[in-house]
Amino acid sequence: MKPYLREKIPEKLSEIPDTTAFEAGYLVTKNAGWRNFRPVIDSEKCIGCLQCYLYCPDGVIYKSGNKVSIDYDFCKGCGICKRACKRGAIRMEAEK
Amino acid sequence: MAQKFLSGNEAFAEGIRLARPQVISAYPITPQTIVVERLSEMVEEGSLKAEFIHVESEHSALSCAMGASSVGARAFTATSSQGLLYMAECLTYASGGRFPIVMMNANRSTALPWNIYGDQRDSISLLDSGWIQAYAVDAQEALDLALMSYHIAENSLVSTPYMANLDGFVLTHTYEVVDVPTQEQADAFLPKFKTENKLDLDNPRNLGFSAGPAHNIAFKYKEHIGLLNAKQVIHQVEQKFAEIFGRKYTGLTENYQTEDADYILITLGSIAGIVKETVDKLRENGEKVGLLRIRYLRPFPNEEIALAVKNARAIAVLEKDISFGNEGTVYTNVNSSLQKSGNTLPCSNYIGGLGGKNISAVEIENIFDELKKEEVKIEFIGIGGGEE
Amino acid sequence: MSINARTLNEDELFYGHKACAGCGGSLAVRIALKVLGERSIAVLPAGCMSAVGFNFPQLCFGNNAIISTFAGTASMLTGIEAGLRAQGITDFQAVGFAGDGGTADIGLQALSGAIDRNDNILYICYDNEAYMNTGIQKSSLTPFGARTTTTPAGKNIHGNIRPKKNMFEIVAAHDIPYAATASIGYMNDFINKVEKASRIFGTKYIHVIAPCPTGWGINTDETVEVAKEVVDCGLWYLAEYENGQFTLNHQPKEFTSVSDYLKRQGRFKHLSDEDIQTIITSRDAKWEAIHKNFKVVN
Repeated sequence: MKPYLREKIPEKLSEIPDTTAFEAGYLVTKNAGWRNFRPVIDSEKCIGCLQCYLYCPDGVIYKSGNKVSIDYDFCKGCGICKRACKRGAIRMEAEK
Repeated sequence: MAQKFLSGNEAFAEGIRLARPQVISAYPITPQTIVVERLSEMVEEGSLKAEFIHVESEHSALSCAMGASSVGARAFTATSSQGLLYMAECLTYASGGRFPIVMMNANRSTALPWNIYGDQRDSISLLDSGWIQAYAVDAQEALDLALMSYHIAENSLVSTPYMANLDGFVLTHTYEVVDVPTQEQADAFLPKFKTENKLDLDNPRNLGFSAGPAHNIAFKYKEHIGLLNAKQVIHQVEQKFAEIFGRKYTGLTENYQTEDADYILITLGSIAGIVKETVDKLRENGEKVGLLRIRYLRPFPNEEIALAVKNARAIAVLEKDISFGNEGTVYTNVNSSLQKSGNTLPCSNYIGGLGGKNISAVEIENIFDELKKEEVKIEFIGIGGGEE
Repeated sequence: MSINARTLNEDELFYGHKACAGCGGSLAVRIALKVLGERSIAVLPAGCMSAVGFNFPQLCFGNNAIISTFAGTASMLTGIEAGLRAQGITDFQAVGFAGDGGTADIGLQALSGAIDRNDNILYICYDNEAYMNTGIQKSSLTPFGARTTTTPAGKNIHGNIRPKKNMFEIVAAHDIPYAATASIGYMNDFINKVEKASRIFGTKYIHVIAPCPTGWGINTDETVEVAKEVVDCGLWYLAEYENGQFTLNHQPKEFTSVSDYLKRQGRFKHLSDEDIQTIITSRDAKWEAIHKNFKVVN
């Protein structure tokens, strides 16, 4: 499980909770726009060592088969994964 | 029901025991200390089953109580004066979080000069912190407020923390005969605490979050409505209380001989006892005087005051508080009630009892005398160190 | 069996937050929650992690979580733990995540109280060595020489003039059941300390170094490397305190260059050779004390 994007953004008085308590893990915005560079995984080189997954501050790299994939909705492009990859399987590409 | 000879602090502690709080966070301060001492003894002897937490400060006392309330536990703490001010940050936190914690405050002066005796500047300076504020007149009412407080605060329409104020020493340390209900009666009166406003392991929530300019005012509006809803809930709870315990309370105010009164003195807390005796004495002399005791300063009894003084010729507010550079805060609030009801009668302000200075029956009689002049005055009474 | 990247819980409980790119603090919180799981209840005081994770309606904790007052992390944890226990619920972990200011400055009193009572809570200090959320001001965990916005580096004063407070040993002095230091540069060590702490009854404290690219003046991709280097050059150490005994978990064979560690960071760029020598001297004194007082396991 993880927090995920919802369609409903509480706006009206009746939609706003009566107390400062709300459903856990309720996301309404992405972080993709923060990125200047995007990590791209070369699945040929990836050996599934999971160091990128381990060290990602945003937790956007997830196991996919015996390799990894990236949730670009929430990747901020920090580049920690590229540095963590001993196989050179992650490159940073400029966002257009 | 058993009759016991109890001080205000002890009576309040008995009321809390009967309310079965699950977490008590305790930090000592004069003149509140006896409450937490008694509660610790009750836990030790087994007459109260609660987690008793020896916190290291008042800030942590309320912070701990908020933690307990945030998982749906009934929480209690008590404080006074400097301690109340030290935890002030947590007051708005608890009310904004809508945590129905009950806290007893032993009203005491605030430094400087240092002083451990009673006035009401501590709680009144935090009137805007979003808490229900009740003021007891005697030990019996202290016990009864302790029991009623959770019923009011935990009502889902209210969901607001509750501060019960007892005048330091004059009430906290004065012994009276008090009716102490049985646990069976108390259990029949007070339901278990149930809330949706909590961290829940089966249904995870994020609590106590930030809300930016777009949403913040909506939360504050709802907080305000919660406090206003307390007016109706207080009446309902008092009705139920009367049915079970036979003692009747009258909501946000207690009116004494006000119906036909030309001159009414408005006050709050234990001093109302002496005012009542003075009213009786003056009534014997044929003077049409009355007392309006404010039991709840928040929510404020706007309508009750307006109605009670409708036919009076002049009124005064006697309070143990001063908003420096202006006037007594209770007076400001009362004037607002008058203004809204279109009543232009003369309303004066008498500020006394600061730092525990005694307010005598003679001084109260003098206020009633002054009222006959039907002027507006703002005066300190009892200034000076000794007799003058 | 120790947890590693392969066996780590795949749930992401801190996700979609607005921390700066490359934030070390968010990595520490993310990993600790993966270890502790969804029955953890997180308390975060005012600070970076609450500011980036709890903006209604963007709520980034998948588990139960609450913001406490700045000073009240430990006391709110106490209340949560006691409140649930009073209701007969004990299969959860109350965990606090407070920054260096929230721990070593304003939150120290409440933390000390909780340890004194031995409340069954886990307190994790993510140490980024300054008040980052308010814009990089000095805390009592800011190291000697660091430039912050309240310890400017000029001709007269070269940044912070005081050394970093030793929170680990302050906490240990309470005779706490378990305390540890860690670094996000040595993640497996951190993971296993969190896991170990979760199995111990009473108060647990873990102090994890978590670099802040914004405040330290490093690139966003350097966070983890710098967190490793601070251990490798001997300015931080990985240790535990348990049963009255200090244990060093990791003895670098040979320290890497302190100067290189400092000079790669904007906050230390101004330091003179003499300043750097002061830092090295103090490091060596610390290690002498460690070898004298700690059990060394390597």
